[in-house]
Amino acid sequence: MKNHDNHISSYSLNLKVLLILLILTTTSVLAIKFHFGAFTVAIALIIASVKAAIVLTYFMHLKFENLLLRLMVGGVFLLFAIVVVITFIDYYFR
Amino acid sequence: MNNSSPTAPLNYLNHKTGLWSWLSSTDHKRIGLLYLYSITIFFCAAAVLGLLMKIEKIAPGQTIMNAQTYNAMFTLHGIIMIFIVVIPGLAAVFGNILLPIMIGAKDVAFPKLNLFSWYVYITGACLGLYSQFAHGHSPDAGWTFYVPYSAEVDSNIVIALTAAFTLGFASILTGLNFIVTIHRMRAPGMTWFRMPLFPWSLYATAWIQLLATPIVGITLLMVIAERTLQIGFFDPTLGGDPVLYQHLFWIYSHPAVYVMILPAMGVVSEIFPTFSQKPIFGYMPIVFSSLAIALVGYFVWGHHMFTSGMSYQARWFFSFLTFLVAIPSAIKVFNWLSTMYGGSVDLKPPLLYAISFIFLFTIGGFTGLTLGSLATNIQTHNTDFVVAHFHYIIFGGMGFGFFAAMHYWYPKIYGRMYSIRWANIAWGILFTGFNVLYFPMFIIGLQGMPRRYFDYDPKFQTGQIISSIGAFILIIGLIGMISNLVYHRHRGAIAPANPWHGVTLEWQIPSPPPHENFDEVPTITHDPYVFDHPYIK
Amino acid sequence: MSTTEHSEYIDSDTGKMGMWLFLFTELFLFGGLFIVYAVMRSKYSEDFHQAALELNAFIGATNTVVLLVSSMTVAMSLTAIQKNRPNVAIALIFVTLILAGVFMMNKYFEWGHKFSLHLYPGSDVMKSLPHGEIMFFGLYFMMTGLHALHVIIGGVLLTIVMFKLKSGKINQNHYLLQENGALYWHLVDLIWIFLFPLLYLIT
Repeated sequence: MKNHDNHISSYSLNLKVLLILLILTTTSVLAIKFHFGAFTVAIALIIASVKAAIVLTYFMHLKFENLLLRLMVGGVFLLFAIVVVITFIDYYFR
Repeated sequence: MNNSSPTAPLNYLNHKTGLWSWLSSTDHKRIGLLYLYSITIFFCAAAVLGLLMKIEKIAPGQTIMNAQTYNAMFTLHGIIMIFIVVIPGLAAVFGNILLPIMIGAKDVAFPKLNLFSWYVYITGACLGLYSQFAHGHSPDAGWTFYVPYSAEVDSNIVIALTAAFTLGFASILTGLNFIVTIHRMRAPGMTWFRMPLFPWSLYATAWIQLLATPIVGITLLMVIAERTLQIGFFDPTLGGDPVLYQHLFWIYSHPAVYVMILPAMGVVSEIFPTFSQKPIFGYMPIVFSSLAIALVGYFVWGHHMFTSGMSYQARWFFSFLTFLVAIPSAIKVFNWLSTMYGGSVDLKPPLLYAISFIFLFTIGGFTGLTLGSLATNIQTHNTDFVVAHFHYIIFGGMGFGFFAAMHYWYPKIYGRMYSIRWANIAWGILFTGFNVLYFPMFIIGLQGMPRRYFDYDPKFQTGQIISSIGAFILIIGLIGMISNLVYHRHRGAIAPANPWHGVTLEWQIPSPPPHENFDEVPTITHDPYVFDHPYIK
Repeated sequence: MSTTEHSEYIDSDTGKMGMWLFLFTELFLFGGLFIVYAVMRSKYSEDFHQAALELNAFIGATNTVVLLVSSMTVAMSLTAIQKNRPNVAIALIFVTLILAGVFMMNKYFEWGHKFSLHLYPGSDVMKSLPHGEIMFFGLYFMMTGLHALHVIIGGVLLTIVMFKLKSGKINQNHYLLQENGALYWHLVDLIWIFLFPLLYLIT
């Protein structure tokens, strides 16, 4: 019975990842001080997406998993994005 | 000799006996049978509801029930048929029984989760029944629960929504189990493209079950929130949009119809090679068309909403995608027919059902194009044309696919053979009844007969009477078919391991299969549909 | 992995794939609410901006930090068990659970504040607001409510993991349940990563 990949994320890697996430969080909080107008959502979502990608890659270990799992995760997010876009074909043009 | 008796060879039916051994079994074959028996009971109940509706419609005005009761009838008929019978149906029964065997595995990836799924399913089904008898009116909003009616009407909607949510959860867990099973449990040497087509169809289906169902789950929760908390997402007086409900509902419920049909197509893809004694024509196109249907099926949901007020661009987009998604299905039809060409065709009941599947599914498919085309949709939306269309596709497609599977794998599952003659006669009655029941609905639908209407203009009466007569013929055919299978369960001739000379793995093990399927897990060295191979007994 | 091996442990790659698939369903479950958010936000951007001012970005940010740290501690607990330090793993999961408690406490005060203002779905105060604000608060309560439910579920899961670490059922050679529990916890964090800016930072 195959049991677990051999990669062990060190304590320090986990700590470093947290620090980056905290920096990004601070950035997104500070960003709202500036008035980006219609782009506020976009910037907030981009920073959130970067944070999410970091959590997925390091905390959730995707960087060290096999390609299949990474393809599945990517595919799921892509599918969701497409569904949202298609929904807006209705709402944007009404 | 009774296959279940202690003196018969040890198999999954007799190796442990007693009701509790069945209710606590994590054996995929037993769980499949648990699903089979529960689904059959609910199917019969919902069929009776359908018959009662047809009796009501035999004449204008009230015949045997009032309008409120009629609305509750078509709601419950839809809920049972869609959520309890057709969506789980083929995957839960034949997927459970056959998938591990066909890929050379001893069970699914998560056998305990599999049993748990059945209990979740039963809970949901019972909740659905409970919505009928709980204090308050039976739900009458249709299985589609459109707002604002479902958010406002004083009937047991919340219970029904909870039932649907629970059933959805069972569907998700089964899909999850099958995806992991197919990825991780295939026998040595069974590469993806040596896997037979029924497992492939289950794979495509499982992804839809997994990813689409949660969306209707949250949507149903939102309707519960509307009813209990007045949350307002779909209520224009609070700023919401009722069409948003339709979007969210159909984002699941359209892919759901592919959950219904893909396994049926998989079954048929197994039957044609066996009964033509010839490899399937176009294995790869069938594989990729299944995946294509699963994927593109996510992008067509708006074709249920053409008259709802969507933007022109959205209507155009959804119509176009709907026409596209028809193409992979057509590819399969060509491949199935081509499989028979030049083969040694044996018209046994499984093939009879498979061929009639193509006929009925094609009619359903063509009429789907009529509905998918924007201009003609205006005329046909919400008429009996739609009702005829989806019964041809769902009942004629998935239903006949299910009957085909039943007649194909019955000897494997029970180690007994039914009466071929009886099966053929039942098929004839069933097929006739089906068309007499549903075809007139195309015509009166085009003439303007609305769906979900308890009463109608006398000009539709002729069509309605013919249709109602068809319902009786259909029921007789169903009774004939089911009784043949039930009667021979303990009295049929002992079936050999491979009565149809099939070449996939399930035919290489005894009938009924041993508890752990294989004494030795096979190593696969060839494509799935090779006839004249030393492996084949 | 066959049933004849009678091992109580599921093959870890198989079990992990199952957990990821389950996480996909959770993503789509919340996804439906995100779709409603997107539609309502595009329709009522001004009202959303107004309504978001009612929320306390400081508490929201605090909760974000709390969950991020808790994700780190649960990830570290896996490091610990892989290095055969079950007691460290237990301690780290305990910290994770404390942080979850902090999160829920913040949520309790946040919601409590809204309730004290009679601001909840269906209230007269709510119904008197502009439409876009009603939509915003409906989404706020439903999304953070569903999320809080998942925090509780994750907490229960991790508590079970903690007890199994104590009993040795989870150990250096068999820690699939801990891995899957951690994955579930990270999902809870992931969802909040998106909820936070969309609800609190659109001022």
